[in-house]
Amino acid sequence: MKIIKIDKQEWEQGIDKAREKYQLFGPQKDQDAYHMKSLEKDQMPDMGYCDTILSPKSILFPQTEKMMTADLDESLDDHHILKEVETSKNPRAVLGIKPYDAKAVELVKLNFDTREYRDPYWCDAYEATTFIGLAVNNPGVCDFSTSAGSGPFAEDGLDMLLVDVEDAYLGKILTPRGEEFALAAGFSTEAGADAKATIESMKKDAEAAIASEVFTDNLEDKTILDLYDAPFWDDIAFSCINCGTCTFVCPTCWCFDIQDEIKRKKSVRLRNWDSCMSPLFTLHGSGHNPRGEKVQRVRQRFMHKLKYFLDKYDRGIMCVGCGRCVKQCPVNIDIREVCNSMNSYEKQT
Amino acid sequence: MDTCIEKIKETAGRLLEEEKVEAFIGFAEGTIPMAVNPVSIKTKEDVSKLVFNSFCGLNLANYLPKLKGRIGIVAKGCDSRNIVTHIIENQIARENLVIIGVPCSGMVDKRKITSCFDGEITSFFEEGDSITVTSSEKSETFKKEEFLKANCRLCMHRNPVVYDELACDLIEEQACDNPFEDVEKIEALDREEKHALFQDLTKNCIRCYACRNACPLCYCPTCFVDESSPQWVGKGQDKTDIDTFHFLRAFHCAGRCTDCGACVEACPMNIDVRMFTRKLIKDSYEMFGWEAGLDLQTRPPLDTYKPEDPDDFIK
Repeated sequence: MKIIKIDKQEWEQGIDKAREKYQLFGPQKDQDAYHMKSLEKDQMPDMGYCDTILSPKSILFPQTEKMMTADLDESLDDHHILKEVETSKNPRAVLGIKPYDAKAVELVKLNFDTREYRDPYWCDAYEATTFIGLAVNNPGVCDFSTSAGSGPFAEDGLDMLLVDVEDAYLGKILTPRGEEFALAAGFSTEAGADAKATIESMKKDAEAAIASEVFTDNLEDKTILDLYDAPFWDDIAFSCINCGTCTFVCPTCWCFDIQDEIKRKKSVRLRNWDSCMSPLFTLHGSGHNPRGEKVQRVRQRFMHKLKYFLDKYDRGIMCVGCGRCVKQCPVNIDIREVCNSMNSYEKQT
Repeated sequence: MDTCIEKIKETAGRLLEEEKVEAFIGFAEGTIPMAVNPVSIKTKEDVSKLVFNSFCGLNLANYLPKLKGRIGIVAKGCDSRNIVTHIIENQIARENLVIIGVPCSGMVDKRKITSCFDGEITSFFEEGDSITVTSSEKSETFKKEEFLKANCRLCMHRNPVVYDELACDLIEEQACDNPFEDVEKIEALDREEKHALFQDLTKNCIRCYACRNACPLCYCPTCFVDESSPQWVGKGQDKTDIDTFHFLRAFHCAGRCTDCGACVEACPMNIDVRMFTRKLIKDSYEMFGWEAGLDLQTRPPLDTYKPEDPDDFIK
């Protein structure tokens, strides 16, 4: 595996060069908070950022995405025929994505790219995207990624991992795509022989700095119904106000709703993020709602992430430990506590 | 506020033990710095979980509709005004409530504190009028007064308006020469400027509806944005749909909003949601001399008709 060294003085120049080939995304500050955004020509990614409020999932899975359009003007031959929307397949690169967010992309992929179905919108975007990660030297208080199948220096889902070593980045090239990006940016200086050891030692320090963890070792052996009927759901759900914050900030929540909208003689089919916290999410056409009560919806979110997903895919939990839902939940419902309650739950006989 | 928690715990314990209430709603310690978790306590043993500090900015009255049985509840000035509003709107019955009033010296603006630090906040400690906040890089002590939430700075009903017991002595209410300076600034803008201001305000809205769901006033069985038949508003990120949600929700709060600030507290995207409701508070006050939630006997202006009601809008 090749490790390159990118002097911070040559960083911006390289990014500008990469811009010729890639549409770039990166962290940007707006009103005291960071957002992962498409970078304008004169914008540089703010690599000193702590975390973005929302995960970068919208780069592949926009909150509202146009899927198809139709003309409703009956004088046209093809009126009322839905047509696919042209989407850009031009290369894009996400700069400074956190390792846990890149791992989340791999989990989301399990849903959008299956043996039976290939979601063309998500998959096309995924195939066009290069992920340039930034290792987390100073993990935040809500970061529990090491116990959620990722970590501050994890490489899953990344094409290149940058490690900030003050005056330079060490770039660990992980895939041919990462190699291509480095080439396009003109980053080619090989790092010294000690780079690997430097990264390893920084990785160890960062992992050790993570103070919180979830326990997931027993989840697989629990039966679904025991967990489903566990007595703690009412208490967990009491404070929940049933907003969609946790699901919208989550890098692994992938649920969506499809809506047709009409404006004058044009119709458009849209895909919007949806949330299992909303009663409308499960409302049947008959008027029946299988998850009509708040506690059922709260339970669903945690059961899906921590049990159903694990049972279905055998790829661990559907959570990468980014801690965004912990930080952003208006009433401080903490997935770490819920996970640990589920993991240690023993049915009373 | 430091001492009132002991009184809250003692009262909650007594109410539960004597079976005067079936559940007691208050705040519990959060799992991260500056966070609290609303809880419903059912046993005397769990009373020790209760806390009360300067981060209890959510409005507990939000949890009352739909609850059954007799409930004990902690109420700051604003919570108590929303309890009054719930009672006059027939959402709860006064006799089913035991209200522990907490005279409130204001809640702290977490975001303002966070913006003073580059690193993440790792702990906070509150004593009297000062708050000591520690981040990964430094530790600083602030005067609480300088970091109050915007609505708390303008609050003129810090003492609960309805209560059965008090957690501490009543405090002096703030005097404020002109509580509507913020609204006047917007009123003075021309149409385009106003439009631009509100366009910018909601540009990061993700329609999670945390503002609506944290609001005690928003208890409709189905909100108009969640209706699907008929569908009143698009569900995507079209700016017109986002703004339709915010404006219509605000109008539903006219003459009812107590400016508790729970909407701002809950918003994950740092949107100053109060900017939508402030003008309605001013109008209610100027046109009807009305402040929401002060009085169990008087019907709200939008419930009633009086011949002297302003009618300048009829041209």
